[in-house]
Amino acid sequence: MIVYGTKYVIEKKLAPSSSAYVVIPFSSIILALLVGAAFLVLSGHNFFEVYTAMFRGAFGSTYGLSETVVRTIPLTLTSLGVALAFRMQLWNIGGEGQLYMGAFAATWVALTFPGGSAWWVMPAMILLGMLVGGLWALLPAIPRAIWGVNEIITTLMLNYVAIFWVDFLVYGPWKDPHGFNFPLTATFSSGAILPSLGNSRIHAGLFFGLILAVIFYVVIYRTRWGYEIRVTGENPGAARYAGINIKKNIMLVMFFSGAVCGLAGMSEVSGIAHRLQHGLSPGYGFTGIIIAWLSRLNPFVIVIVTFLFGGLQVGGYIVQTSGIPSSMVTMLQGLLLFFVLGGELLTNYQVKKVPAKKVTAAPAGDDSV
Amino acid sequence: MNQEIIVAILATAITAGTPILYAALGEVLAERAGILNLGVEGIMLVGAVSGFILALHTANPWTGLAVAMLAGGLMALIHALLTVTLKANQVVSGLALTMFGTGLSGYLGKAYVGKPLPVPFKVTPIPVLSDIPVIGPVFFQHDPLVYLSYILVPALWFFVFRTRAGLHLRAVGENPAAADSMGINVFFIRYIYVIIGGMLAGIGGAYLSLHYVPSWMENMTAGRGWIAVALVIFATWNPANALWGAYFFGGLDALGFRLQTLNVMISPYFLKMLPYIFTIVVLILVTKRNITNHIGAPQALGLPYDREER
Repeated sequence: MIVYGTKYVIEKKLAPSSSAYVVIPFSSIILALLVGAAFLVLSGHNFFEVYTAMFRGAFGSTYGLSETVVRTIPLTLTSLGVALAFRMQLWNIGGEGQLYMGAFAATWVALTFPGGSAWWVMPAMILLGMLVGGLWALLPAIPRAIWGVNEIITTLMLNYVAIFWVDFLVYGPWKDPHGFNFPLTATFSSGAILPSLGNSRIHAGLFFGLILAVIFYVVIYRTRWGYEIRVTGENPGAARYAGINIKKNIMLVMFFSGAVCGLAGMSEVSGIAHRLQHGLSPGYGFTGIIIAWLSRLNPFVIVIVTFLFGGLQVGGYIVQTSGIPSSMVTMLQGLLLFFVLGGELLTNYQVKKVPAKKVTAAPAGDDSV
Repeated sequence: MNQEIIVAILATAITAGTPILYAALGEVLAERAGILNLGVEGIMLVGAVSGFILALHTANPWTGLAVAMLAGGLMALIHALLTVTLKANQVVSGLALTMFGTGLSGYLGKAYVGKPLPVPFKVTPIPVLSDIPVIGPVFFQHDPLVYLSYILVPALWFFVFRTRAGLHLRAVGENPAAADSMGINVFFIRYIYVIIGGMLAGIGGAYLSLHYVPSWMENMTAGRGWIAVALVIFATWNPANALWGAYFFGGLDALGFRLQTLNVMISPYFLKMLPYIFTIVVLILVTKRNITNHIGAPQALGLPYDREER
């Protein structure tokens, strides 16, 4: 069959283009907002008003900005945590559960030593929160390392278990007797509360994320172990051939990944809630997955992207009062990831125009000619 | 326990297992074509909400079901577009789909939360068969969607393992390059089965909102989509095995619920954990068994097919 006309083909680029690294995220944000706008219009809202209100709410006032920063604290940690595992192609989808377990362990310290203004209470909360979060991630890492049991499903299942465990505690044995029957524990004493900045809710947990981003960078790019992780992630066969102990690294990486997510939980109970409560996290563990991928697993990009997502969440919270369901934010996040994924093709491929001439049409489905 | 209670639990096991069964059958097809779809949970939610809304407005559960299938197919189309044509990472695309579906269903269903459905799929006992003692009440006193699944499971098994089209499907999942050189259109086949898989997941979701509950709640699938993904490994990518697995998990659900009503001295929160913990334990045991029996996933599962890299 002979066809006349212009044909577009997708061709692999020899080297990924660097401008795409900047262009794709920004155009993805715009496209996601456009599709979101379509949904808003279809359900009878003025999308321009909604987006303006969201933007003003998140970035337009000192209070809004401070709340955005408050959200970035757990998000930075969960993003860094899952990004570490993703580096090794380990799909830790259990950040949410690890966050809850870290919060549980930190709360245990705070409630067990209630008089606790002792100097060691805070370090103990940090260490135990990280330890328990890490062990919670180690649980699926062991069968993954030994038998190759799919960690996507096991880490995800453990989210439900962790959330029900915290629910059990706050509805049962740990419920505050003076809490009017609400599902929360007693308030922590001052020694178990992270100091906050002025009148805002921004707390010292902010430094955890910043410090860990630097440590993440140094470990991944400047140490032998980081090199092993990167090689294993990019080419497991080569890693095995080079004598890298993959099983050991799977367990270690998952442990630290969970520990960082656990720290997110610790900082939420100690810096924001000042107690353990039902529904502690609005999905920080899941949003962290999107941020990590959007940032191409780069720790410094994560810190910047997290700020945008913090703003998105605060904005979404603000417009709830005008009848926009909070689930719109989740939807926008999913859309954003679609466009980023689709756009990734453009970093490695290019669309090439074949000038109008006689071309022999290839069989259907052939796009390479 | 007397016979009546056991029969009741077994019958509930089938009802509770049916939504997981539909979703798992869909995932078997997608994975057989080499595409891992982790968006099942999100697709089920969109199926549940769209089916519910339409059934409520048209006062007919069948229109709800049709729309749930359509919505499920459209959701899966996004995944196919991203992973087949744009060669995106299948794990991340699936996660994005689940997130999008969770958000979209919550957004669409906001006004419908907790509303009762006056026209759910009704239990219609099959004459004669339902009168058989024990077997009758367990298998043949259900709603039409359960009966449909009884037909669908052997039909899909036959299709996958005994027909030419099924052979093509398996070839695409095992060795797309070889299938391609035999003249099979890899891209087309992958699109088709991912979309059919999404439609089945849509039915699974609609089953929850149109019969099992029947009403709409945010996140009402509660991880059933993920259990379905795990079930595919348990079923060793075989539709017939998915049936037993789904009823096993349904039985756990039923048992947990039964224990709660019997005032057993176990916290309901621990009972709620059961299906998730069992999924993990079963997955570990099954993975070990599959290793010793040399049963693996379709060879090309999770890998994008690129003609230039043949």
